[in-house]
Amino acid sequence: MSDDRHPLFEPLIFVGGLIFGFGLGFSHMARPEVVLNFLQFDDLGLPFVMFGAAIVSGIAFALLPRIRDAAPLTGTPYERRLKPFDRNVLVGGTVFGVGWGLSGICPGAAYASLGVGNVTILWALAGMFVGAYAQGYWRSQRRARNTAATGAD
Amino acid sequence: MVTDPVLLQTVADLFPNGISRYAAGGLLVGLGTVLIYVGTGIPAGASTFLESTLSYASDQSRFQQYVGSRDWRLVFTAGIILGGLAFAATFQSGLVTSSLYEPGTTGQLYEVAGVTFWTTDVQPWRLFVGGILVGIGTRIGKGCTSGHGVCGVGSASKTSLVGVLTFLTVAIGTAQVVAALGVSP
Repeated sequence: MSDDRHPLFEPLIFVGGLIFGFGLGFSHMARPEVVLNFLQFDDLGLPFVMFGAAIVSGIAFALLPRIRDAAPLTGTPYERRLKPFDRNVLVGGTVFGVGWGLSGICPGAAYASLGVGNVTILWALAGMFVGAYAQGYWRSQRRARNTAATGAD
Repeated sequence: MVTDPVLLQTVADLFPNGISRYAAGGLLVGLGTVLIYVGTGIPAGASTFLESTLSYASDQSRFQQYVGSRDWRLVFTAGIILGGLAFAATFQSGLVTSSLYEPGTTGQLYEVAGVTFWTTDVQPWRLFVGGILVGIGTRIGKGCTSGHGVCGVGSASKTSLVGVLTFLTVAIGTAQVVAALGVSP
């Protein structure tokens, strides 16, 4: 799959990431203290980051499908990001919320935080990988058990 | 009509750093997302990187679904880190200034080779334990602040709106409780 990718595919992703990370630095969302200040109602500026970004992306998500059918570098049709709703969204959102409220850090902001020089953030990044691995291990085992149980029938 | 100065003061207290750096930063985050979407059709979120990168090191079946996207997700994350570095080398170092940018007073500044870097005062145990919960929660909950918050909300996805409301409410509650317990920073 990666062999027939457009040569500009990864460079474009890289530049997009650069702008994304620069924006997180500029907005100070890469500083856990600023996120915590928002969550404690000491500085209500932070929602302007998330909703400002969502408005910009929302305009593109709404307009592009009317202009073109598919993306030039991948041929992927322009579609909205829709994920099915189930209990996991609430359970995962709650666990994520406790972690975000405790640490003031979320994945994208953590990567950008490393870039602004925040070496202490490596603790958060290590934690995220441990957490992502733990849920992946658990779900892999559960799937294996379920498959084995069905196979035995 | 005379604007009530008490009301103005109250509003100013809620935004001690103004809103321009937040709004301008948010527009850039959105622009990065849009650039990737325009070129590739991918509404990119930041948290799948955690699982996709684990697929290089682990053969657990859960991570294998991300093998096809793990290379570009690595590139995306490298871009985010270097984007943060580019910000540090310009605005954070005072090399570039703008009326839209308000510097902060949190954490510690330090200098390496003429670049002003910044590091947090938030305690490592909070970052580590919080990181574990973020790592579990974002993967079970199908997205994070960028996946649900930017791409999902931008798509007017009901799942993402519910996801954002859930983690925002819980995070506010958690931060308030932690602060009330006297944990600082």
